[in-house]
Amino acid sequence: MPELPKIPSVSEMMALASDYMPFIPKPAPRYVSEAGKPVHGIIAQFSKTPAVVHAAERVRDAGYTKWDVMTPFPIHGMEESMGIKRTILPAIAAGAAITGVAGALAMQFFMNSDYNIVVQGKPFLAWEPFTPITFELGILVTAFTCLFGMLALNGLPRFHHPLFARDRFLSVSDDTFFICIEASDPNFDPARTRALLESVGAESIELVEDEDR
Amino acid sequence: MSSIHPDKVTAERLAGLREAAHTPGRDEGPSLGDGSLVEDPAIRPPLVLSQRTHSEVTQIVCGYAEDPPPKWWFIAITISSTVAAVGTGMILYLIITGVGVWGLNNQVDWAWDITNFVFWIGIGHAGTLISAILCLLKQRWRTAVNRSAEAMTIFAVICAGIFPGIHVGRVWFAWMLFPIPNSNGIWPNFRSPLLWDVFAVSTYATVSLLFWYMGMIPDVATLRDRADRRLRLGVSKPFMVALPGGREVQLPLPKPDTLRAYIYGLMSLGWRFSSRHWHRYEAAYLVLAGISTPLVLSVHSIVSFDFATSILPGWHTTIVPPYFVAGAIFGGFAMVLFLLIPLRALLPNFKDLLTIRHIENMAKIILVTGMMVGFAYSMEFFIAWYSANKFEFEAFANNRVNPRVAPYWWAYWTMIGCNVLSPQVFWFKKVRQNPWAVWVVAIFVTVGMWFERFVIIVTSLHRAFLPGEWGMFYPTWVDILTFAGSCGIFLTLFLLFVKFLPVFAMAELKAVMPDADPHPHDDDHGEDH
Repeated sequence: MPELPKIPSVSEMMALASDYMPFIPKPAPRYVSEAGKPVHGIIAQFSKTPAVVHAAERVRDAGYTKWDVMTPFPIHGMEESMGIKRTILPAIAAGAAITGVAGALAMQFFMNSDYNIVVQGKPFLAWEPFTPITFELGILVTAFTCLFGMLALNGLPRFHHPLFARDRFLSVSDDTFFICIEASDPNFDPARTRALLESVGAESIELVEDEDR
Repeated sequence: MSSIHPDKVTAERLAGLREAAHTPGRDEGPSLGDGSLVEDPAIRPPLVLSQRTHSEVTQIVCGYAEDPPPKWWFIAITISSTVAAVGTGMILYLIITGVGVWGLNNQVDWAWDITNFVFWIGIGHAGTLISAILCLLKQRWRTAVNRSAEAMTIFAVICAGIFPGIHVGRVWFAWMLFPIPNSNGIWPNFRSPLLWDVFAVSTYATVSLLFWYMGMIPDVATLRDRADRRLRLGVSKPFMVALPGGREVQLPLPKPDTLRAYIYGLMSLGWRFSSRHWHRYEAAYLVLAGISTPLVLSVHSIVSFDFATSILPGWHTTIVPPYFVAGAIFGGFAMVLFLLIPLRALLPNFKDLLTIRHIENMAKIILVTGMMVGFAYSMEFFIAWYSANKFEFEAFANNRVNPRVAPYWWAYWTMIGCNVLSPQVFWFKKVRQNPWAVWVVAIFVTVGMWFERFVIIVTSLHRAFLPGEWGMFYPTWVDILTFAGSCGIFLTLFLLFVKFLPVFAMAELKAVMPDADPHPHDDDHGEDH
């Protein structure tokens, strides 16, 4: 069963909008750090692929839902280890392919009936000569949908994120792995979550604050 | 500072700080080349040599984009951009004056313009083949070549797009190629292969660009993070320019790392390497690969319809679509090798990522597609005879092959020599594994593929049905300089790519390295110990 995008609640939509529009007030944080900043979550660092995969399995089994594993490259089998459901993107792409094909056929039938060009007495509205353009436009629309659908489902572009404020996190694009459990998770508890991350073999654990507030 | 000096690795190894490079089966014999060639199919040879870690791969690849470019780069881009400027001047001259500045005449009304168009669009096919078809076939070696091959594809399609755009004569009416509503109420003729071509080539350019860009998002994010980290640590240098005489002058510009953080930051769209994102990214990549596979096969088929659906002897043949596609892959891989083999020698540590095995695999593809092209040449000729169509047979025998009657016999035999005979040396392992020998064959193939298009277009046109109209084609200096200019544009863009963008798909390379295996001790994952 592929992942169906859940309809977000009003408060979740407001929180998302406040990331992009500074005049929308941010929701009240669940936890506040000692410095008085809202807590985004806790990140744990790993340096070996098997370690982070096993840790992800433990976090998944502990029942967390708002958490993520940041890896420099896609790890084979991470979906199962994190319990991610299959994405709906291929279905969206199939819809786009049908739209592109239908749109291309409609365009060609309309335009060639609107403006008749006599070519060797051949019929104006035969489908056969329309095949190449129909095929190409189907591909074109699908390709756009793949890239922009992927970005939209991922919530990108999003140029600011609390994780980027951590100097240590920048090595994620090099060779380091991170697990981040967010404070908005219903199971999140500062002490218990930290203890869980310690027990799964994290090399270092840090609290991530939302620096901009 | 960012690229690793190979001597440091060797020194560490000798001092015992690093394990000696153990590559599986190295003691099997001298045929292993650099350690990437293993005959035993049960052994998976390493895709990255010298036991590089993930961090070293990042250092090496980002170093190409971050370090000051080497001297040869400045020399090369000076030459190529000058040639590109001359070519641009020729295009301007053509637009101001008219297509009469080319050597076209009433009989040969398509010549170098369409030859160059088909030549460049064919070269563009290797990139999408590597990124799409080899991705679906799970050919993991593609990760070392796909980024540069895709870049080459985009640049080749840009060069290809120039020629049909300017050969229409009144360039300011080129928008009429597209179905844009206009006050005359005219729509394009959708039953014309020339219009199919417009859609095929523009779709191909767009999809290749999307594919290239999407693959680059994580790697550009790596460059962003490195620049950001240097800024935070306060180790970024100001914008300095070296003057002759050894002096350096600081320019009143933002630091290079600030520019990098902004530009790469915008390009990477805030990518933060989340596994939830990777999951959708991989799904999107697979769908794109799936739709690009029929796309790459369709584009050159549709280009070939420009010829095949006409009634001209020499063009009107059903073998043309598959023959064009095979030729495109053939010529495209030759261009990939032509560009990458010198880079392999010029850029530090390039050899660890692009191994002899990659070159050998591409040489094998050239051999196979070269044989397909050779088969197509002979089959075309056979059918011309077997069909008993007098005009068809004359077009082949008297326009192309026979030196005593065909004025263009030298073009035909150059094509046969370069495309059919020269790749035959790849039957020998010694030649396939010698990069410079492969490079020479790649040049022959590139020349041969240009001549193939010239032979198809010009020799068929110059003697059509009415002997009273027969005539020859002679290129003018504008023809020659426009083609040279397109080569300059292509090389300039490629050199800029080498300097400013990640030349290797880092994230994909890291994912096929042994360290990326989540279950290294399970035998069923096939990694050896």
